[in-house]
Amino acid sequence: MLRFIVGRLLQMIPVLLIIATLTFFMIRLAPGGPFDAEKSVSPEIRKNLERYYHMVNADGTPRSLWLQLGDYLRNLARGDLGPSSKYSSRTVNELIAESFPISAELAFWSLLLALALGLPAGIIASLRPNSPSDYIPSSFAMAGISVPNFVIGPLLVLFFALKLQWVRVAGWDDWIDRILPSITLGLLYAAYLARLTRGGMLEILSQDFIRTARAKGASSLRVILKHALRGGLVPVVSYLGPAVAGLVTGSFVVESIFQIPGLGRYFVNAAFNRDYTMVLGAVLFYAALIVLFNLVVDVVLVWMDPKQKFA
Amino acid sequence: MRSPMHSEALLHVDDLRTYFHTRAGTVRAVDGVSFSIGKGETLGIVGESGSGKSVACYSILRLIPQPPGRFESGRAMFDRVDLLHCSDRELQAIRGNRLSMIFQDPMTSLNPYMRIGDQVIEPLLIHRDVSRAKAWALGVSALREVGIQDAENRMRSYPHEFSGGMRQRVMIAMALITKPELLIADEPTTALDVTVQAQILELLGKMQEERGTAVIFITHDIGIVSGFCDRALVMYAGRVLEAAPTALLFYEPKHPYNQALQRAIPALNATGRELYTIPGAPPDASKSIAGCPFAARCEYALEKCLSSEILLKEVAPQHFSACLRVQLGEIDLTPASAVELSANN
Ligand SMILES: Nc1ncnc2c1ncn2[C@@H]1O[C@H](COP(=O)(O)OP(=O)(O)OP(=O)(O)O)[C@@H](O)[C@H]1O
Ligand SMILES: [Mg+2]
Repeated sequence: MLRFIVGRLLQMIPVLLIIATLTFFMIRLAPGGPFDAEKSVSPEIRKNLERYYHMVNADGTPRSLWLQLGDYLRNLARGDLGPSSKYSSRTVNELIAESFPISAELAFWSLLLALALGLPAGIIASLRPNSPSDYIPSSFAMAGISVPNFVIGPLLVLFFALKLQWVRVAGWDDWIDRILPSITLGLLYAAYLARLTRGGMLEILSQDFIRTARAKGASSLRVILKHALRGGLVPVVSYLGPAVAGLVTGSFVVESIFQIPGLGRYFVNAAFNRDYTMVLGAVLFYAALIVLFNLVVDVVLVWMDPKQKFA
Repeated sequence: MRSPMHSEALLHVDDLRTYFHTRAGTVRAVDGVSFSIGKGETLGIVGESGSGKSVACYSILRLIPQPPGRFESGRAMFDRVDLLHCSDRELQAIRGNRLSMIFQDPMTSLNPYMRIGDQVIEPLLIHRDVSRAKAWALGVSALREVGIQDAENRMRSYPHEFSGGMRQRVMIAMALITKPELLIADEPTTALDVTVQAQILELLGKMQEERGTAVIFITHDIGIVSGFCDRALVMYAGRVLEAAPTALLFYEPKHPYNQALQRAIPALNATGRELYTIPGAPPDASKSIAGCPFAARCEYALEKCLSSEILLKEVAPQHFSACLRVQLGEIDLTPASAVELSANN
């Protein structure tokens, strides 16, 4: 198992290199640059800025993109994502370290909510397919999937913050500020999880070995918990990798709605500002996270299915 | 049917009807089946594919998916409990404890996500007040008893690490670990190759003899019935057409369907002769049949065979037939080549 994990981690290196290179050229090809928006920048200062970011050589001649990429990758190998092209006094590492914990916390509560709602709903729906106890959770799941979170978010704000005044419209100070954003972000995943759980459980509950378990005198609860859940949750767990990645990276809409100072907002702003290093840093950070989560999920899947071996 | 064993019956099934209400129509899978089985007895249920053998037996343990399945009528009395209508709790207390089941396909009937040991000892954990360690030890000896080598280690294996025959041994160990009074075996050897079939049958016979367990043995192989069972039922289109001690069933058929089945057995000493096949096909289970379900294919059938439902009647001592003409003494089905049969078995 250790060999499997180390092997996968080593595979990450070329993946990240390719992503870094592609992103590097893509953002450089996009029109505009990090210093365009600041009207006050004099040509003199601009030259200095470009020198600071190694975009020109010491003598002021333009430095080729390949050489700049080389500079970037050299720093990257040391874990240094460079200074932000926008906020020259801050490094990208600092910005990520500051904002990511907030995004991670939002993702954590959203995932918890998604699991707490989605799993029981899916299991209940699977027990009596095509009965009211299936239709009701399944319709909610369908609605949850269909309604985008930039609709749910403002609706929740309108009702709970403006009308009932139970919570604040925006912010991220108190635990109470966590509620609406987590619901907004988590609802979609709760709906997906419910559907996947229902499908996985239905598949398993129709298997012969479930009949064997019943024939042994197992109670319904025992049949579900001991015999069906492990196999029934395989599709759910496979989905958790992309889901966690989606929760972490896809939170920028929710972060914008609720004015949460998370990484998602920094990332989107960086893209608009052509903050080259911040965009690159965030993309690489997200990519590494996704690869890591998928690795964790793959390990869990092998552990769940006795027939699988680490290859 | 009233058999002399009735007073001692362990399980008494009376007028069981299990229908499936599907979109395509109602499938009358079991349509008025009655039988009883006494303590320690071995009862065979023979019949071709789709005749309702499995549905009849799954009904007894209420293992039929409902819906689409429904019990239209009947009782299954097991020690004064009607298994068809008792509470879930009562049923669960009997299932896997006093009444166990072995299934046709050992490849899919074991849980691929659970260790063999955990599955084998589960009936003990459910029904007996034993510690896990004690149950585990009992599981090891149960596996040894069914002839599994290296049982301690095999307890920790998963089903995919076992061959088909070995898995069926595991199923037997699991079903018998609570020493049930009745074991229902639904074609336990059909999915296995011939040599393994013989081993499993031998094992089942041995275990049954040692423990005095009554067995309902479902098969479509008449040869197995004659070697293994005291008594047998012949099922066709969800009904029992004939019931008798196995020897009588073979040497003195009292129903044209049974007679035809005997003629369809390939005889060892009859090389070169074309195999007899029963003309026609079993009736469509979604249509209700007024009279004898076999009438359409029967060479003796008359108009009256089609008109009213024909019940099983005792036409000779211990020998029950649902053929109207046999009941009326109008036809005598001469022994279905007894010589060939004895050579065959
Ligand atoms: N869940 C179900 N829904 C609808 N029809 C069913 C269902 N289960 C069984 N049947 C029908 O019931 C009838 C009897 O099936 P059963 O499985 O009892 O046959 P069998 O005698 O055991 O045959 P085999 O030797 O092939 O196992 C068949 O016509 C089958 O199609
Ligand atoms: Mg069957």
